[in-house]
Amino acid sequence: MNLYHEFRQRSVSNGIKKETLSIALAGQPNMGKSTIFNLLTGLNQHVGNWPGKTVEKKEGEFQHNDHTIHLIDLPGTYSLSANSPEEIIARNFILQEKPDLVVAVVSAANLERSLYLVSELIVLETPLMIVLNMIDVAEQEGFTVDAKTLQAAIGVPVIPMIASRASGVRGLLDYFDQFIEGKLEFFPRLPQISADHQYVKELIDQLIDGFVPDYYPKNWASMKLLEGDSEIYDILKSVLPLERWETIDDILKQHEDAGLAIASGRYEWIERNVRAAVNRPKLGQVGLTDRIDRFATHPIGGLILLAVILGLTFWLTFSIGTPIQEWMDSKILVPLGSLAQIWLIDAPAWVISLVVDGVIGGVGAVVTFLPIIIIFFAAFGFLEDIGYMARAAYVMDNFMHWMGLHGKSFLPLFLGFGCNVPAVMGTRVIESWPARILTILLAPFVPCSARMAVIAFIAPAFFGRNAFLISWGLILSSITILMIVGVILNKIFFKGERTAFIMELPLYHIPNLRSAMLLIWQRSLSFLKHAGTIILMMSIVVWALSVFPGGDLETSFLAQIGNFVAPVGEWMGLDWKLTVALITSFMAKENAIATLGVLYGRTAEFGLLETISMTYSPAVGMAFMVVTLMFIPCAATVAVIKQETGSWKWTIVNIVLMLVVSIGAASGVYAIASRLGL
Amino acid sequence: MQSLPIITLADLKSGESATISALKAGRNINARLSTLGFTPGVMIYMTHNYGHGPIVVTVRDTRIALGRGEAQTILVTREKE
Repeated sequence: MNLYHEFRQRSVSNGIKKETLSIALAGQPNMGKSTIFNLLTGLNQHVGNWPGKTVEKKEGEFQHNDHTIHLIDLPGTYSLSANSPEEIIARNFILQEKPDLVVAVVSAANLERSLYLVSELIVLETPLMIVLNMIDVAEQEGFTVDAKTLQAAIGVPVIPMIASRASGVRGLLDYFDQFIEGKLEFFPRLPQISADHQYVKELIDQLIDGFVPDYYPKNWASMKLLEGDSEIYDILKSVLPLERWETIDDILKQHEDAGLAIASGRYEWIERNVRAAVNRPKLGQVGLTDRIDRFATHPIGGLILLAVILGLTFWLTFSIGTPIQEWMDSKILVPLGSLAQIWLIDAPAWVISLVVDGVIGGVGAVVTFLPIIIIFFAAFGFLEDIGYMARAAYVMDNFMHWMGLHGKSFLPLFLGFGCNVPAVMGTRVIESWPARILTILLAPFVPCSARMAVIAFIAPAFFGRNAFLISWGLILSSITILMIVGVILNKIFFKGERTAFIMELPLYHIPNLRSAMLLIWQRSLSFLKHAGTIILMMSIVVWALSVFPGGDLETSFLAQIGNFVAPVGEWMGLDWKLTVALITSFMAKENAIATLGVLYGRTAEFGLLETISMTYSPAVGMAFMVVTLMFIPCAATVAVIKQETGSWKWTIVNIVLMLVVSIGAASGVYAIASRLGL
Repeated sequence: MQSLPIITLADLKSGESATISALKAGRNINARLSTLGFTPGVMIYMTHNYGHGPIVVTVRDTRIALGRGEAQTILVTREKE
């Protein structure tokens, strides 16, 4: 048995004299940390990336009495070990940037588990407060937690909250006041390493003395070494004299089990602290979460539920979003174009063309997709917030295994149906790097709303009443191809490497509406920013290629390119116009239609659809839809692939992959369809 | 029946409880599991085990989905009735 000695360290905050104080919000995932951050900062927040990392950084400011409070939302982490980039960011921020205060958000409904992070934070020098969130969820699951008792046990302020209902904010601000005025007393009870490892730790303490970088407390560094922390290991290895390091390395090898002992010690500390605070009057009662999960995580029932939810999401997205998009297109973009022509009446013709065809045509087309994307984000965010998404990942785990991936990769891929850009960024939830790369490579195979719109537009031209069936079949086929490509890539690049599947299934709970809206707002804004800047540039480039050198599309560079690659187009039955339409879809997928509109618009007395159906055979139509569905990712997606993989190599691999698969599939479809006489 | 046989977590049926006796995965997975509350001596409840595919267990009030492979590295002893 572990001997456990009580150790308390008394400290009184001195109060804050300066006008701005920085507070870091720490917490494990699914604790409602973001909701609290949103409640405190509102719209006054900035979302970016941590320097050199693809981890989202959220900062915000708010005024409280005479002070400006700078709030930093640390990434959600289960611990402060070097298991993931998020954990390294969180701990290095606290140790190196030294915020004035750390607020740890824990969930009353997962009290023991969520206090694990606290057991790591409490040993650091920075003063600590605990927000006890989700008291309502705990009650829903059949137990209560007393904040005062917990506060007495741990020795730091514990503030009860129900962030989803914005209750408890006042209490938190009162504690901020007391902290600023220097009225708070901290009397933390610190977790200790178990006695059987105490002597080893002291030995290491002596050996590393004088070599630890200033910002790491020596005591903490030796603990992390024993835990097997890779970052601290590498740092100390590089600064210690070889002989001394070898001694340490030997000790560490003999005590490989120390990591587990330290984690167990922390949980013993937790159990001691929560014992008196948690009350379970209705032991054995089946909580709401378990009742829902009997169905939601059932191997068959869960899949049916997932299919229904996905269907509803699509239905909602397209039945509300598509009419709005069409409305924006005809009622805003078209008038805007005419208006621009009037305003620019005295400008040179090329300026009018640049603004109307290039900027309004290109960027406008993408902006009209915003309603679809917002609705999709809202639906996705809602499913995420109530805790359902983890269940979707769980029931999809079996299928993802075929590709050497696990359930977590399903979430970003699903997001891809809305837009591939957030899908690629969404792969950040995947811990293992090979699995993340593979998911990124596969994400562009998910038909996004823009591509589905192209299909929905073109299919009726060739297949009339059967258009819906054909579109649905095409989308299912592209998902099948995604899986086949996944299986093959996994074999070739990743040698069937399998990553561990360990994922929390959060308790179901009702999210905070305001916080959810903020998230949608941020995601839409970042989509606009990402897509907007790149697409503006690409619009101008494609416009320039379509008017230069002669000012006529038929003799433009674009047509020349089209003619140059026409032999490849012929494999798929495409003429140079369809080939050009395909190439311009690189800028934004829906451009395929816009380009065809430009190419056929001037000559035809019929509508575009009729013209197309009279010009091409159904076999050509089919091949064009297939190649459009899987053609190289759009410019915005390419840009985020480069950003997220940090490598041109993987970006190019991805482009070439899509190119080969799409042309191959379309050529095959064309060959078969023409054989069948279509 | 003084000492109960040691089995892996994957052998538990839905609705059964057990006590964790050891973690036998590699160092990294052990670290992740112990952080989430899988420590020797803790009670663990099998929420869903359908005999194939991933499982769901409840440990320290948290439901955690685990791949079958990971579950097979966690040694447990069944709770006596």
